[in-house]
Amino acid sequence: MTEVANRNANTLQQDTAGRTQDIIGRGDDTEGMSYLETFPRRLVTTYMPLGVILIVLLFPFYWMALTSVKPDNQLLDFDTVNPFWTTAPTFKHYYALLFETDYPTWLWNTMFVSISATILSLIASVFAAYAIVRLRYKGAQTIGGLIFLAYLVPPSILFIPLSTVVYQYGLFNTPFALVLTYPTILIPFSTWLLMGYFKTIPFELEECALIDGASRWQILTQIVLPLAVPGLISAFIFCFTLCWNEYIYALTFITSTENKTVPVAIVTSFTDGDAYRWGSIMAGALFGSLPLVILYAFFVEHYVSAMTGAVKE
Amino acid sequence: MLPLRHSARKDRMEPMANVSIESSARTATPHPSTWDKLKRNRNWLGFWFMLPAMAFLVLFLAYPLVLGIYMSFTDVRIGRPGVFVGIENYGWLAEDPVFWLSVFNTVFYTLVASVAKFAIGLYLALLLNKHMPFKAIIRALVLIPFIVPTVLSAIAFWWIYDPQFSIISWVLREFGWIETNIDFLGTPWNARWSVIFANVWRGVPFIAITLLAGLQTVPPSLYEAATLDGATRWQMFRYITYPLLTPIIAVVMTFSVLFTFTDFQLIWVLTRGGPVNATHLMATLSYQWGILGGKLGEGAAVATAMIPFLLACILISWFGLQRRKWQQGEGND
Repeated sequence: MTEVANRNANTLQQDTAGRTQDIIGRGDDTEGMSYLETFPRRLVTTYMPLGVILIVLLFPFYWMALTSVKPDNQLLDFDTVNPFWTTAPTFKHYYALLFETDYPTWLWNTMFVSISATILSLIASVFAAYAIVRLRYKGAQTIGGLIFLAYLVPPSILFIPLSTVVYQYGLFNTPFALVLTYPTILIPFSTWLLMGYFKTIPFELEECALIDGASRWQILTQIVLPLAVPGLISAFIFCFTLCWNEYIYALTFITSTENKTVPVAIVTSFTDGDAYRWGSIMAGALFGSLPLVILYAFFVEHYVSAMTGAVKE
Repeated sequence: MLPLRHSARKDRMEPMANVSIESSARTATPHPSTWDKLKRNRNWLGFWFMLPAMAFLVLFLAYPLVLGIYMSFTDVRIGRPGVFVGIENYGWLAEDPVFWLSVFNTVFYTLVASVAKFAIGLYLALLLNKHMPFKAIIRALVLIPFIVPTVLSAIAFWWIYDPQFSIISWVLREFGWIETNIDFLGTPWNARWSVIFANVWRGVPFIAITLLAGLQTVPPSLYEAATLDGATRWQMFRYITYPLLTPIIAVVMTFSVLFTFTDFQLIWVLTRGGPVNATHLMATLSYQWGILGGKLGEGAAVATAMIPFLLACILISWFGLQRRKWQQGEGND
């Protein structure tokens, strides 16, 4: 790589990083015409409806969190204590969850499956997207279209035949059943997303490198990938979230308790006979969402660009 | 993608192609070895690059898809290979009231939830597009229901809809609006509306944020010009916002409809298809018959019956995309 190309690459990297902040971030701080509206008017037309929607959207999480720290006697007793608050918060349910159940195992399973499947899919998608956008081999457009179609095939129509396929391959009831089937959901999406990112990288950089005698492999690893880092992060986060969220395959392919993932295990495992242990269920649900929420908090912009990018391209 | 830049880049691709051909002509011997051909030929290189992705998609997506359609014509059960029985499974389905109930439920669920998601999502996007303090934080908060795994938020709704200890019933009773607790998931229509509400709750953030991204591409000068011309708010929405947003609406709604139609998780956690099959969607029915009942063939038939609808969705999406390209003056590539 020449100095010039490197410098170009750096400025471009900043450009693409800035581009992802359009929606959530400081990208659009202009006031526009909103100064034409008086405050009372804005209060009624904007803030109040927005407040109501926000409360509805966030209340289930508050309710989950509250339930998970309520002591047992307040859980089901709404008459003596106001149910919207608790006077004696306790971490008993979390303690029971982490030390008296298989929850850490399930968390580990989910983590292992999600990370492995995401990495596998990202590797496959990077190659596929690069080939479709830049190698432009014969039929690249058709293959691109087919991959988009694959994105539209939902797991709900595949799980029955897939369960027999997984069984034939001897993967039934192992984490690898999930590690190998999740990429079918992730690859179409991330290929499509990365195709969009690769298209924004100027061709001249690759031409330069080709003239300098770089091979396709060198171009991919030393020029294209470093420039596509924001796209890779977006794809990674979104794939990870999709894996964590996946339910029907995990429910169908995994039968033994110690191999289950959090979403599957939590629905079935916290009952005492007929009674549900709501405190532990809520603690488990909240704790299971925590990794995603933390990831989301750090990478909001990438997350949003993944979501919108997949729709726009 | 800006169309102009795209076409400009296409022109620039040509020299690139020449460069690579020339360079390989220069370096390769007159009779390139097979290895060289595999390494340098554009099509072979493309093949190697596509191999991992294609292997996954063929083995675990295309093959099962075909296998599923084949299985729906057999009487295969768990632990027993099936024989080809023609359209017998579909004959049973056509006479089974539970199947038709699930079709009705699926269509009803998809229709109501999608319309509600679209209306609320668009409204929320318009609200979020305004200038306000703490904008970034509010937008980030809105997306949280979409981040949290469906199953885990469905569990929260399960608890909120509890027949005895529902917080909604409690609040309504405190206000004196109802006498007894509402049995949210216990009666057919209550259960249908409850699962639809949970689905809308989860789907709105996705639609709102993607439409917001579309809204931000609308140039503000258009609104300024319209204001000077004395346009009302409704006119501005109808003649500026909506037309410019149509392409993205088409794509987002196709996705939304597709994933609502094939929804499984939410229903399975909240009701498992009950009460009296009132909330069975085709996906949950297929699981119930195929996996729990062991009749893989019949389950596959239910799943295959969803395909015509999915095809219709894909066609709509396709024409939505086509129309978008046409609007932007981009060639069909």
